[in-house]
Amino acid sequence: MNTFLENKITGNRGQTVSLILLAFVLIVLFPVCMDIFRLNLVAKYLSLSFAAVGLVLCWGYGGILSLGQGVFWGLGGYVMAAFLKLEAAANIAKESGTDQIKALSTVGLPDFMDWNQITELPYIWYPFKSFPISMILVLILPGFIAYIIGLAMFKRRVSGVYFAIITQALCWIMEILFVTRQGWTGGINGITDLRTCLGWDIRTESAQYILYFITSVLVLIMIIIGKFVIRSKLGRLLVATRDMENRVRFSGYDVANFKTFIFCLSAIISSIGGALFAMNVGFMSPKLVTIEPSIYMVIFCAFGGRMSLVGAVYGTLLVCSGRTFFSELFPELWMFIMGAAFVIITMAFPKGIAGVVEDYGPKLASIAKTIFFQKQIFRSSDAKQAQAN
Amino acid sequence: MPSSDFVLYIEDLSVSFDGFKAVDDISLYVEKGALHVVIGPNGAGKTTLLDLICGKTKPSSGTINFLAQELTNMPEQKIVQAGVGRKFQTPSIYPALTVFENLEISFPRGRNVWGALTFKRDEEVVERVHEIAKVIFLESMLETQGEMLSHGQKQWLEIGMLLIADPELLLLDEPVAGMSVYERQKTGELLKTISNRRSVLIIEHDMNFVREIADRVTVMHQGKILAEGSMEHVENNQKVIDVYLGH
Repeated sequence: MNTFLENKITGNRGQTVSLILLAFVLIVLFPVCMDIFRLNLVAKYLSLSFAAVGLVLCWGYGGILSLGQGVFWGLGGYVMAAFLKLEAAANIAKESGTDQIKALSTVGLPDFMDWNQITELPYIWYPFKSFPISMILVLILPGFIAYIIGLAMFKRRVSGVYFAIITQALCWIMEILFVTRQGWTGGINGITDLRTCLGWDIRTESAQYILYFITSVLVLIMIIIGKFVIRSKLGRLLVATRDMENRVRFSGYDVANFKTFIFCLSAIISSIGGALFAMNVGFMSPKLVTIEPSIYMVIFCAFGGRMSLVGAVYGTLLVCSGRTFFSELFPELWMFIMGAAFVIITMAFPKGIAGVVEDYGPKLASIAKTIFFQKQIFRSSDAKQAQAN
Repeated sequence: MPSSDFVLYIEDLSVSFDGFKAVDDISLYVEKGALHVVIGPNGAGKTTLLDLICGKTKPSSGTINFLAQELTNMPEQKIVQAGVGRKFQTPSIYPALTVFENLEISFPRGRNVWGALTFKRDEEVVERVHEIAKVIFLESMLETQGEMLSHGQKQWLEIGMLLIADPELLLLDEPVAGMSVYERQKTGELLKTISNRRSVLIIEHDMNFVREIADRVTVMHQGKILAEGSMEHVENNQKVIDVYLGH
């Protein structure tokens, strides 16, 4: 099994070990050690880590810095939330005795549409009535937008800082669009009060446990997909393009196509994370898709080591827990502490956590081995002594 | 051996940058299988000429005809796919990849997204990489990372990366710049071997090197062609001596 994993997916011992370790931590260690409240927090952080995983592919390997992953993440989240909201609205209509049913003037419509004097479902919401179509949209909608933007920019050889600025502009556009179109998107409040998915109540503890496992398994699957791409010729081409784009072009490759592909793949992975967030946390807001969250996603990726898919998950978990922890302990100072931490860690460990593990892991492993063998030697010499006596 | 067939027809080619005519009405013909060298003082327009052929720069006027295809309208990667390989003045290899991977990436299969995702490193690829590695004297260094090679070895690797795509026409920009005497000698052998089956257009400054390898020499000066012919003919041309070769 180990060698199968090695050959097909990860390519070397160290990477197989780290993947299995991550799987163990997510699927066994955390559920055993944490209560459901914290596990739900971890699920929330894991949903964010999808964007960091996508960035490892598009930024670490492809050299494309996207400061707008929040857009794709958010689109996935909004699609999911729209579907769940329609279901919640329909159920409220069925539930009797709630204040909501008396407050709504049009039954079966999401509450924010009601507040905006919309009396029938806008056409744009029709696809979200169906679960399969919504699932497909989670994948296709951000992918399509990434495709258009990617091709438009990469064919024109826009890259580097200019590309990053345009992705930031995308964040602005999405935030303004979603906030002003209150009737269609819930405006500044977002889409809230999500209750059930296909009849299954997602707010119960058991549902939260299941959603945690679904999120963990999906993030591991995304990592495996990422490793497959990295190990293929396309992965090497991306590294080559990152370092020497002209040479790749003059070896007969249309570089724009490869860059667009990895940009789209990264967008789709982020989008799945966003959809899972909506399920895990029960709402979606335009504040989650703006510039600040998008930059945080890059920070998660850099922290974990931007060439490491597994590192991206750890990076996200650490930064997010750091944020929660420090903001609780030092409500006035936590931002400064976080800022200081980023500066120090980026300077001391430019390759992120993954870099630290790569550099010091083998040393620690050999120290551990020596200690272990020393113990063995002492034990066997004790045994020999005992025999002699 | 050069034949009377031409692999590259350049006619009335011009390009100007903000009014400065870098290449001024040039007509050049490269015979099939020939080793054709372009020499001239700095700023003569030699590198610009190669840029125009391989598509890095678009001409203001004129035609470049390669094997019955008009190159002036084609994008760079299509020109490469048509059979033209360009080597840059500074070694452009992939520093993060090994010599093997550098050559493998340049292997002309899996040139689109799907092809690249599903590309398998099968026997054909491995054999071909070894074959080319032998030609470029790097057979024992296949697992070395690109950035660890010496300057001369990087030049050879880049030539290898072009060769593995089996081009009809090779454009080499100062292939022996920065090389030791021994490396120059080996490169000369390499180029003579290469030009047996292909046409090669070289830019060079080292006159001794040019004398050894060239079938035909073109001298450029201020964007125009000053003289053309065999090395002897060109060396003894008074205009060339005044402008370039001195005394």
